[in-house]
Amino acid sequence: MNMKNEAGSKDVPAAVREDSDIVQILDAEGDVLPQASVPDISDRQLLELYETIKLARHFDQRAISFQRQGRLATYAPMTGQEGSQVATSLALAEQDWLFPTYREHAAKYAHGMDLASLFEPLRGHREGYAIPEDVNVMPEYIPIATQVPQAMGMAWGHKLQGKTDTAVLCHLGDGATSEGDFHEGLNFAGVFDVPAVFVCNNNQWAISVPRERQTASETIAEKAQAYGIDGVRVDGLDPLAVYKVASEALEKARNPGPGELRPTLIESVQYRFGAHTTADDPSVYRDESEEEVWRDRDPVDRIETYLYNEGILDSDLESEIQDRIEQEVSEAIETAEQTETSPDNIVEHVYEDVPARLEQQRDELNRLREKYDDGAFSEVLE
Amino acid sequence: MSSTASTQAGQKAQSLTLVEAIQDGLYTEMAQDDSVVVLGEDVGKNGGVFRATDQLYEEFGEDRVIDTPLAEAGIVGASIGLSQTGMKPVPEMQFMGFMYPAFDQIVSHAARLRSRSQGQYSVPMVIRAPYGGGIRAPEHHSESKEAFFVHEPGLKVVSPSTPYDAKGLLAASIHDPDPVIFLEPKLIYRAFREDVPTKPYEVSLSEAAVRRDGSDISVYTWGAMTRPALIAAENLSQSRGIDAEVIDLRTLSPLDTETITDSFKKTGRAAIVHEAPKTGGLGAEIATTIQEEALVHQEAPIKRIAGFDAPMPLHSLEDYYLPQAVRIQDGIRETVEF
Repeated sequence: MNMKNEAGSKDVPAAVREDSDIVQILDAEGDVLPQASVPDISDRQLLELYETIKLARHFDQRAISFQRQGRLATYAPMTGQEGSQVATSLALAEQDWLFPTYREHAAKYAHGMDLASLFEPLRGHREGYAIPEDVNVMPEYIPIATQVPQAMGMAWGHKLQGKTDTAVLCHLGDGATSEGDFHEGLNFAGVFDVPAVFVCNNNQWAISVPRERQTASETIAEKAQAYGIDGVRVDGLDPLAVYKVASEALEKARNPGPGELRPTLIESVQYRFGAHTTADDPSVYRDESEEEVWRDRDPVDRIETYLYNEGILDSDLESEIQDRIEQEVSEAIETAEQTETSPDNIVEHVYEDVPARLEQQRDELNRLREKYDDGAFSEVLE
Repeated sequence: MSSTASTQAGQKAQSLTLVEAIQDGLYTEMAQDDSVVVLGEDVGKNGGVFRATDQLYEEFGEDRVIDTPLAEAGIVGASIGLSQTGMKPVPEMQFMGFMYPAFDQIVSHAARLRSRSQGQYSVPMVIRAPYGGGIRAPEHHSESKEAFFVHEPGLKVVSPSTPYDAKGLLAASIHDPDPVIFLEPKLIYRAFREDVPTKPYEVSLSEAAVRRDGSDISVYTWGAMTRPALIAAENLSQSRGIDAEVIDLRTLSPLDTETITDSFKKTGRAAIVHEAPKTGGLGAEIATTIQEEALVHQEAPIKRIAGFDAPMPLHSLEDYYLPQAVRIQDGIRETVEF
């Protein structure tokens, strides 16, 4: 463990060095940096931030372990990225909209989705994609960067209807910045000056491709310049810094100052501690020592240390919180494991009404299910 | 994964899975022809998310096995440009469901540069993409959209169903002067092994394969559905004495109309099996071709056993969505007993 001792100044990843143009509040240990201004957050909100981050970490660990047991299909881990996900969502107002990708499990939960619904699609059930009416979250985006122009469009719609108190927060990854949709979405956002905040979760890796190979730009934030909007880099493993930057960007989206444009591109500098998904093996393409350096900046440890330092958290409260989140995640798993989907669901919700042709196809399936038994359908195709 | 041909010198054949045969096919072509380059997302150091390009980066280096930024239109557009310089790009689309950003490059340019330039320019390029369902993948990872590309004049569309064919069809595709969409049935990437010659060979892009001879009905299929179609044929032969002929199209465009109609003239009945949605699927084209060429031989309505006209469901329901042997058997019986 001398890694830890050396980490203090020497082994800081270049991307988050204090002398780079990056917003940081907490140092690697969780102590407030000199000259940093801590955002105005109540103790209650700080504890909510902490508890949600802890829950996210626990959720992630359980999901990975369940996937290994064959109880979940492919899962995209978020270890190391929970702090930024939760902080951005807690910065949202209730009426704001969230556009998540397949990795933003914690961001969705922190903006109102229930935990069981996050597990359901991983168990093969689309029920979890049915987002309650009072929750302003879009279904997760899997085709890369496709959400960017859509988020712009939703923000535009709000603006055209005079509802600029509603902002849109759109997540994307570092890989997404290479897609055409990224360019088109941000370009429109600037041209039509919409109340949107784009959060690029730069976790340094798009599956096996490192950030340096994704773009020759030094930073992702600097791409904002080309669209005439603000670009901000923030230490994505520092939940307080992310909360501050996201809150300011959201406030500007709603109420821009004179001459300011509403949109912001936030580059939340993070690290993908784990695999791209449970189907991926990072040891094939990256060195484990790289991960170690980032692990020293774990967002869970940093926010925990900060709360202890401030006297907001003590060991009794910590274990009370730990018990509570474990209970909540267990209950969510139990609920999700009880979900069953009828094969009729295949034809439902394709259109508002099921067309006659599709009804026929459903009836034919049900005729076969009656004639043979359901087991006949689960014979391995291979 | 069994290693590349270089370590298998002296052996005439190796027992390979379909994905290993593709890797071996890429290796074989790259070793023979310096102009062949592989490019795409995660194809280099990572060896591809399904290991289809495993070891190629180590063997041929980063200028021939190229990890690109995450941009499908960029990958295909750049490949079109590369192909104009005498290089033979073999871009990989990581999953068929992620090909759509490249659609404009494929249909507006790759498919028609030859006709736009009146034969002056062409696009010798093979776009590889894993396709199809059945592997419990997340949403957007299980699509079978071959009909989009079959519909586009100027493209060839190929889908192997065996390791032997995978290597031979890939070689023929790389040697072909026109752009080929090479669709790999990922459900059977590792389903079984077969002897695959170490030496280079081609499987023709203009011939369907008769996988099982029969006299009562012709079953037309391709890719991962070939195996359940063969199982259904075998079951019906044993249980009811129905003798089905199973035809694996292999090349979906241009279609081998001769093999399709010759078989139908013999049997007078047809069932078409594909996992893509029924409406507008390739089955419609095959059925109509049969009607145009061999109507007088027809003894029963032509049966389509296909995916639903609905998005591919998540994995809890994919077994109901895909044509299983039980559905294929039922469809064959209905047609034969009409």
